[in-house]
Amino acid sequence: MTDRIGGGFHAAHWDEPLIDEIPGDGGRGLLPPKVDDAIADAVGDVPAALPEGVRRAVPPALPSLPQHRVLRHFLRLSQMAMGFDVTVDMMGTCTMKYSPKVHEYVARLPGFADVHPLQDPETLQGTLEILYRFNRVMCEIAGMDAFTFQPASGAQGIYTNACLIRAYHAARGDGGKRDEIITTAFSHPADAATPAVAGFKVITLMPGEMGFAEVDALKAAVSERTAGLMLTNPEDTGQYNPHIRAFVDIVHEAGGLCAYDQANGNPLLGVVRAGDTGFDMCQFNLHKTFSAPHGALGLGCAAVGVKAHLERFLPRPLVTYDGERYGLDYEQGEGIEKIRAFIGNVHAVLKAYAWVRSLGAEGLRAVAETAVLNNNYMLHHIRQIEGTTIPWPKNTYPKLEQVRYSWEPLYEETGVASHDVLNRMVDFGVQHYMESHVPMLVPQPFTLEPGESLTIAEMDHVLGALRRIAEEARNAPEQVTAAPHSAAIRPIDGDVPEDPDCWAFTSRAYRRKRGNWANVKRGLGGHGGGYS
Amino acid sequence: MGRPALGLIVNPIAGMGGSVGLKGTDTAAILSEARARGAVPQAGARAAVVLEALAAARPGLELFAAPGEMGEGIAREADLRPSVVGAPAEGETSAVDTHAAAEAMAAAGARLIVFAGGDGTARDMAAALGDRVPVIGVPAGVKMHSAVYATSPRAAADLALRALAQDIEARPREVMDIDEEAFRAGAISAKLYGYLPVPYAPDLTQSVKAGGVSSDRAALSGIAAEIAGRMEAGRLYILGPGTTTRAIAEALGLPKTLLGVDLVRDGAVIAADATEAAILRALDESPPGAIVVTPIGGQGHFLGRGNQQIGARVVRAVGLDRLLVAATPEKLASLRDSTLHVDTGDPDLDRALSGWRRVITGRGNETVCRVAA
Repeated sequence: MTDRIGGGFHAAHWDEPLIDEIPGDGGRGLLPPKVDDAIADAVGDVPAALPEGVRRAVPPALPSLPQHRVLRHFLRLSQMAMGFDVTVDMMGTCTMKYSPKVHEYVARLPGFADVHPLQDPETLQGTLEILYRFNRVMCEIAGMDAFTFQPASGAQGIYTNACLIRAYHAARGDGGKRDEIITTAFSHPADAATPAVAGFKVITLMPGEMGFAEVDALKAAVSERTAGLMLTNPEDTGQYNPHIRAFVDIVHEAGGLCAYDQANGNPLLGVVRAGDTGFDMCQFNLHKTFSAPHGALGLGCAAVGVKAHLERFLPRPLVTYDGERYGLDYEQGEGIEKIRAFIGNVHAVLKAYAWVRSLGAEGLRAVAETAVLNNNYMLHHIRQIEGTTIPWPKNTYPKLEQVRYSWEPLYEETGVASHDVLNRMVDFGVQHYMESHVPMLVPQPFTLEPGESLTIAEMDHVLGALRRIAEEARNAPEQVTAAPHSAAIRPIDGDVPEDPDCWAFTSRAYRRKRGNWANVKRGLGGHGGGYS
Repeated sequence: MGRPALGLIVNPIAGMGGSVGLKGTDTAAILSEARARGAVPQAGARAAVVLEALAAARPGLELFAAPGEMGEGIAREADLRPSVVGAPAEGETSAVDTHAAAEAMAAAGARLIVFAGGDGTARDMAAALGDRVPVIGVPAGVKMHSAVYATSPRAAADLALRALAQDIEARPREVMDIDEEAFRAGAISAKLYGYLPVPYAPDLTQSVKAGGVSSDRAALSGIAAEIAGRMEAGRLYILGPGTTTRAIAEALGLPKTLLGVDLVRDGAVIAADATEAAILRALDESPPGAIVVTPIGGQGHFLGRGNQQIGARVVRAVGLDRLLVAATPEKLASLRDSTLHVDTGDPDLDRALSGWRRVITGRGNETVCRVAA
């Protein structure tokens, strides 16, 4: 496809080593000046002053490279990656959107960039003011009474909710008695995983005939052991559960609390508020809905909001304001000491604050409405692509911000699976899509969330690619199953990242385990593919 | 190990009774009745889908095929050159031919056998092979209560290719069959005949990346720990058939019959392979602890299929709130209609068991599933 949106895409391929395996030839990018004699004399022997347990016997093996090689390393990696800033990206459940670059400029102002959380709060007044103001903004958006921005990821935010529920029941002397959290099969897996980490048992509701959890299923789950309800709504299917008010009431009557995971909150901005629906607490991902950049697993921030009766359980410190000065209260609260150090990823808060202020209340609602319209535009056209189905045919409601589709008919007809189509997308200059969270209840799933940023032409490009791939599956299936042809890396065997003997989250683990990779067929490290 | 050799067995008459309302094709008389009613063979066409996909992916595939319409024919149509094992059948093929072909393929060193058929064919395979050679069922029968089938012919091909390309673990799956005579008379009497090893690939049983192989195993041992931890002294525990309940017995350090219902009290087996009468007698002697059952993979019955010893009287004697259903999340995700089923033969009890029910899915994990009669 050679249109101007994804046209002629071909990624660069570099056989780029780990940064500490690049031969530096003694080069070095930065040589700090020698400390003045007067200072050295005054400070004395610093390493000798350190306790033995923290002193290194062997110096760390830090990479040593000239500056230009460091720059090259990271630019090469970026050339082999995709993402919203180089292509159309509608990865489902991720709320990919344009993050205005002016916010990067703001975040680099010295008053924000060159500060430290242990500074005297008197010298952090600007930063604290933004945290305080954004707290009020979020309370208005969510219908809550207080927020914390301490959690550094969506899952940490959900974990915070689980800890709040635990702290609430413990304070009432119900800690051991209320040990069950209820969630739904199409909520984010963190709504089941994080309460388990917090020590709860987890009850998952399977969807009913319409694809969402039913009131009778909830009634079968609640009891005097119920500590709370933790779910997303809309769920991963893009379906808003119309019984949500009844869910909240049933759990409250049983003595539990209700936590609203609003990672899927984009279609609700200015439309529905968690607090008005009766929820006791909620959580947003600033790096998704609120446009603080979402990518590379970096600089995430979850905003966790609570009603007044839970405020005293929020993690420390909270930002205070006495009408004149802003401060940090490290004494406040009970129950949760900390979720993470200090006051959170302030830059994510700063960018989210800038985003909200630039849009205003009407702008936020326009975000939600545009995201829903775009999604239903995609839904309308994907329905007509032969080889797709929309699960739960009885459910003809419009969807909100995303849809979980299925390629099952295409797979049964041609043997081309959803992950093949996913890989082939890249050749059209499009970010691959998201298949599904677990458990995978929908066969051959794919999940698209166009968001509010994309133009109709960009959505049409993705639709054109999907149509074309479905045709290829019938006429030239190997074109699809061998894809991607234009990416830096050929198809990766999914078994590698799933295998504990192979996965590596650190360079040390990578060096230890890479010998095992050879035992699994895969395309990493090989030839970078070519035009075909 | 030599080159990967695949065996192919087609039961050409499987499924013929279904389209003409005959519920099965287990006997010669029913088969001629099916033909008289206009039934046409379908299993071959379904197996052909598998073979075409296999031939496209591995043109030189070393293949053992049963003779004639039991596999050889469609193999040649797919441009594969099979080694034919077993003698051609005279007249209509029968269970004897399936048995002989499976036996011969195992002896010839087949690494994997793909068979197209239904529960009757699966029974013949189990009788011939035991756990000697992994199999993949291509769903083609009228009755498919067993858990040995791929979700579709296409999925069977993908699973076979993967199993031939690399060593993947095979896990025991239920082989069930029902009494056709009784079924035609309107009653279902299903029996668990044994287990066949089926290659395990989570994404082809529709639960990709549910955490992978290790997490399913973890879920099973979690279920075992959960239920073992709930057991109280002096009470009677009734463990239904299956690998899930066997894991519970293993957690207690006890033996377990795979096909039978075993009774456990105070950490000891007090009866193995117990009949309904024996269970009721034991319930007279000890207060009830719990009934523990697991649904059949793919089709979802947890009462009334292969565990009829746990009949309505037993369930009522123990109490509905002491009926524990256990299944790994993967097994729940594999259910064809996302629903569990009961068929105790007692309509009132079936109604009482219907609706939404908690299923134990791991240590500290339960899933609320719909149950239909």
